[in-house]
Amino acid sequence: MSSPSSSARKRVRSTASEDPLTPRPHGAQESSTGELQPLPTSPGTDLQSLAPQDTSLFSSPVPRRSVSQSEVDASSPLIYDTPSRGTPARQRPDLGSVRKAPQVDLCSEPVSGKAAGQNAGQKLVIWGTDVNVGTCKEKFQRFLQQFIDPTSREGENVSLDLNEPLYMQKLDEISVVGEPVLNVNCGHVQAFDADLYRQLICYPQEVIPTFDMAVNELFFDRFPDSILEHQIQVRPYSALKTRNMRSLNPEDIDQLITISGMVIRTSQLIPEMQEAFFRCQVCAFSTQVEVDRGRIAEPAVCRNCNTTHSMALVHNRSVFSDKQMIKLQESPEDMPAGQTPHTTVVYAHNDLVDKVQPGDRVNITGIYRAAPMRVNPRQSQVKSVYRTHFDAIHFRKTDERRLHGLDEENEQRLFTEERVATLRELAAKPDVYERLSSALAPSIYEHEDIKKGILLQLFGGTRKDFSQTGRGNFRAEINILLCGDPGTSKSQLLQYVFNLVPRGQYTSGKGSSAVGLTAYVTKDPETRQLVLQTGALVLSDNGICCIDEFDKMSDNTRSVLHEVMEQQTLSIAKAGIICQLNARTSILAAANPLPHTLLSRFDLIFLMLDPQDEAYDRRLAHHLVALYYQSEEQVEEEYLDMAVLKDYIAYARTCVSPRLSEEASQALIEAYVDMRKIGSGRGMVSAYPRQLESLIRLAEAHAKVRFSDKVETIDNECAFIKPRWQYLNM
Amino acid sequence: MPSSEDWINNPLGVVDGIFAQSKLSPEWERKVLEYFKEKLKLNDAKSWVPSLNDVPLHYLKPNSLVKFRCMVQDMFDPEFFMGAYETVDPSTNSKELRCGKYKDVTDCGQVDFNSRNIVTSERQTFYCVPIPGESQWVKESYACSSQARVVPSTSYTPHRHKRSYEEDDDMDMPHQKESSSGPQNLPDPRRNVDSKRLETEAPCQNASSSHCSSNLDLNFPLPGERGPACLVKVYEEWDSFRLNDMLEVFGVLSVDPALSFIADDKEVSSLLDPTDTMETAEEQRAHSPPASLVPRLHVLYAQPLQHNNPLLPSAISEDKAFLSGFLSELNSVRGELLTYLTHVLLGDALAAEYLILHLISSVYARRDVLPLGKFTLNISGCPHNSSYTEQLCQIIQHLMPSSYRLCMSLHNMNNLPMVPRKDYTANRLVGGILQLASNTSLFLDETQLEQGQLDATGVRNITALGNLISWQKVDYDFSYHQMEFPCNINVLIASEGRSLLPCDSQVHLRPTVSPPNVEEYLKAIQLAQLPSHLNKYRVYLTVARLLDYSISEQVTKAVEEDFVEMRKDNPQSISAEDLHRMLVVARLLSLSYGQTTLSRDGWIKAKQLEMVRTSRTQQQECVNGNEP
Repeated sequence: MSSPSSSARKRVRSTASEDPLTPRPHGAQESSTGELQPLPTSPGTDLQSLAPQDTSLFSSPVPRRSVSQSEVDASSPLIYDTPSRGTPARQRPDLGSVRKAPQVDLCSEPVSGKAAGQNAGQKLVIWGTDVNVGTCKEKFQRFLQQFIDPTSREGENVSLDLNEPLYMQKLDEISVVGEPVLNVNCGHVQAFDADLYRQLICYPQEVIPTFDMAVNELFFDRFPDSILEHQIQVRPYSALKTRNMRSLNPEDIDQLITISGMVIRTSQLIPEMQEAFFRCQVCAFSTQVEVDRGRIAEPAVCRNCNTTHSMALVHNRSVFSDKQMIKLQESPEDMPAGQTPHTTVVYAHNDLVDKVQPGDRVNITGIYRAAPMRVNPRQSQVKSVYRTHFDAIHFRKTDERRLHGLDEENEQRLFTEERVATLRELAAKPDVYERLSSALAPSIYEHEDIKKGILLQLFGGTRKDFSQTGRGNFRAEINILLCGDPGTSKSQLLQYVFNLVPRGQYTSGKGSSAVGLTAYVTKDPETRQLVLQTGALVLSDNGICCIDEFDKMSDNTRSVLHEVMEQQTLSIAKAGIICQLNARTSILAAANPLPHTLLSRFDLIFLMLDPQDEAYDRRLAHHLVALYYQSEEQVEEEYLDMAVLKDYIAYARTCVSPRLSEEASQALIEAYVDMRKIGSGRGMVSAYPRQLESLIRLAEAHAKVRFSDKVETIDNECAFIKPRWQYLNM
Repeated sequence: MPSSEDWINNPLGVVDGIFAQSKLSPEWERKVLEYFKEKLKLNDAKSWVPSLNDVPLHYLKPNSLVKFRCMVQDMFDPEFFMGAYETVDPSTNSKELRCGKYKDVTDCGQVDFNSRNIVTSERQTFYCVPIPGESQWVKESYACSSQARVVPSTSYTPHRHKRSYEEDDDMDMPHQKESSSGPQNLPDPRRNVDSKRLETEAPCQNASSSHCSSNLDLNFPLPGERGPACLVKVYEEWDSFRLNDMLEVFGVLSVDPALSFIADDKEVSSLLDPTDTMETAEEQRAHSPPASLVPRLHVLYAQPLQHNNPLLPSAISEDKAFLSGFLSELNSVRGELLTYLTHVLLGDALAAEYLILHLISSVYARRDVLPLGKFTLNISGCPHNSSYTEQLCQIIQHLMPSSYRLCMSLHNMNNLPMVPRKDYTANRLVGGILQLASNTSLFLDETQLEQGQLDATGVRNITALGNLISWQKVDYDFSYHQMEFPCNINVLIASEGRSLLPCDSQVHLRPTVSPPNVEEYLKAIQLAQLPSHLNKYRVYLTVARLLDYSISEQVTKAVEEDFVEMRKDNPQSISAEDLHRMLVVARLLSLSYGQTTLSRDGWIKAKQLEMVRTSRTQQQECVNGNEP
């Protein structure tokens, strides 16, 4: 028994005896070579999946098996109860079969002999990785105790003191709330210790359990009397390696990755066996066998009475965990034109089951896996394709925050620094307003004022929350109505805007009923379940809803818009469902003759007329003919790229929230009083408070165009644009 | 051509050879591609390769090189596969490195999953169908030009037992049989043998095959389409392919029965592979259909098709000789075609002129949302109550490489799936009528529309048609959101009055002849056309569409002047929209005469043509206005 195998193992146990990573015995399972093994791509699993008897470290399978048998008791779950005083550990199926990872003493491995000078404890790394359990644990504990993020903007941290160690406060929270989950932002880990972060990303399967261990030690030191359902599990999220589903490639296998997408389907709950319980039919001796990658190694011999093939599986004493399959589809924004979206399978385990519903936009942090497929169990041939999936560790709904009125794009749209620099450079130009407005729908001739109006609409005002003082939210969205003769390219403008904004909807007043515009309830024929389906207005929450042929809309439908355009909500009482949905959309409507209702709810009303003068005709003709003879490149040179415009708007919408300056507010008040005066002379009211609000919104939007945090008088002047309320006499 | 046999009959041998030589250097992948590219470059090498389009699948040798003319109907998720792997011979324990590229299943021998030499690679799968609406003459012409020698093997290969199974499917799906009845170099006795076999083996196979065909929907966008669908595996630059692209792919045919086992033997396999149970049966059926019905094709060379006209060289813009040769006789062909179409349109030369412009129109560019070059034509005044529109459509089908006639009957509008939608259960894009390849002619027969109620689907369908015409795009339904796919479809609307759909131009038919029997009259006209003439028209229509076009500075000025002049006299006479249309008409008119720049003359002609047309429309409106 002087084989290197036993000595290596012993050393491991002596240095890290309370270590859940101590190799668990599972002799019979490993002897089955040629069975499906996890994909050997990353160096991690590559080495790990080498059956021990293939290596020089272990002399032969026979002594190894005897060793493992004697170790059975030592490696029972009791062994890692030491730090947590009785709180049971819970298996983490999301990490796969972690505990199988043996540790390697670098001294005995000739390849990495460099490490020989260090002391014994530090030379131990988990097989196939460069992770040393002790160091890793220590580092993570230090991270937990010391990490402070004073610039945190995350909504969930609001109740925490930003100048205290963030995660220690979270541990306090766990002790109070009793939910044994610690979410850790990978960005924080990276800021604290880049090397630890790298290890976390590359070897999540090994590092996360180490983190678990670290956090539990720390927690139960601090709160020795705390009672939790199970030990705390660490759930990292926002791995900076956030990937578009399209860019996943074989190198990402077995790494910690965050991807974003939309849930399109969830499966039923699947019970997955974690530990199989066997009982001997002869002597009733019982034993438990851990399930390894979907396979149960059935004991062939009863260890008590030595009868062969006497062990029978007892289902209701086996341990199961919950599992759910989730299909995730690439978000439409990430897709190149002309291609269909990709999908990925995600497995959710235990309490992550049923966390997401079809239709949710989520960021999933998890480990990317691949496993080969077998064509036919009876053949040795293998389909040379791997099945890939994610084991989810953390879900983060990206649209959840819309409920709280926060702009979801805050985090989603991350711009590179160069991009921000170009945008800022553009913003600093004095004629940025003109530049942007001319970049809008370049194929449409002139109508500069209208384009400017639409530009302001795209930026929107600043969202103000007065709900605490009882006045509710103030509308920040700018609504625009285009009226005019047929054939003045109104529809084309609408189409353009619809294509420009990320969450835009396009409907025609002719085709849409009140129902299609708002929300409707359907009954699922199979489940008899009522489903609320949202229409154009709700779908374009935080976007722009383009309504063509506004005048053709029925009065009934139009009245629905009253609520939306002022309160920015939508109440539904149908089929027993009463609810209020957010519909913070800007509305861009086009109509031929003027509809008389709803007018006051539009911030800007434009008349699109045929000017009929020669100079105009000439320019128009030139513009149109140019459309037909210019090549793509020429056009691109002339105008700002649509992508730049998109980014510019997105950046301004998320990062700039201007406030009125003293001067500017004075100027606005004066303007408003002036407007009131005009009317009062003739004994009629010519301006309403609503119009003052409009003015403020427009001024704010203009400040956003300049990337300015302050609304200044210059914004006022532009806010009046030329139109001066291009009202017709109503 | 003995050397050709090798790379056509055994391309994998070539690949393996290059792989073995390379000694693991990554160079080998490029070498393989170059090898096949070179081979296919030889004058008519492409025609030696048998085509899946005209040879029935069971006559093709598995793992041989085949070609397929198709449209990308759906794009599946990328898959990871073993690019290289090591097998262990259990008897000698010797290891051998093998190449997994261009294959679905590993070769014999135990795969050593722990080998360090395993290379994981990525490939993309496209679900491809024959080009929707491809005209019969195109199919026949391609099949005739094929020089592939398809000699069905007489040896009893392991794949042979699958054959009777497939033939059975042929019986269930008559289209397969029909598609195979085109001209082939197949010895006749062979067929007899087959049918005998079919008779004897049919009874015992019936149960399974009927089960199979009833469940398997090959997902053709157009109803009543036929032909093989194929899972095309792309190894290089799959990002450059788009949905609805027309392709000609050359690749290794894989019909390994092992592939379909999953679908058949689901219960058995699911017991052993826990991940299998996670996929729904629908998804499995859509993504791994039986290889005997939907073969796999591992692409060695793929080429996007600029057009689908067999009478033209495929890279027309490079073939200067062909182009200049044809341009010299282009004008006479145009004249003959105009006469022909005038007859067809009951003697209306103006309508015929516009029909030519319509047939050669194509979206050549987009300015933000505006598609340029489209020319949707509405021929109103079509006789109702006769098969005139149907025959008109047939005539167009005989001229255009691909087309489809959509009867806009109330029933069709309310029931037909027009917009492709994503089926999340099966995880695939379910085709709709509007999923068409570029330059397909869509003939909308509005004379079939009667009064009645349009339901929600009907409204959606009408909206979709309107969007298609106005913006040349189709919003595919992804259930949680819509996704916009640009398209380039020539829409021709035949109606009695003005069409309810928006269109670029409307011509009211004014017959000068009134034959007592329209049907026979049209038949006689068609019969009078020689096949050689028809072929000339076909070439003409494709060439005129592909020509480049420009406007000189000078003419631009003239056009601007003209516009201002016209507006001066009467601002109502011409709007910006009219100018748009006139510019398109001028462009198409010039191209129809083979002129690649706009001349002053051309502009004046276009203006006159438009004037005649609008005055006719106005007269028509007057007539109609007096009626009620």
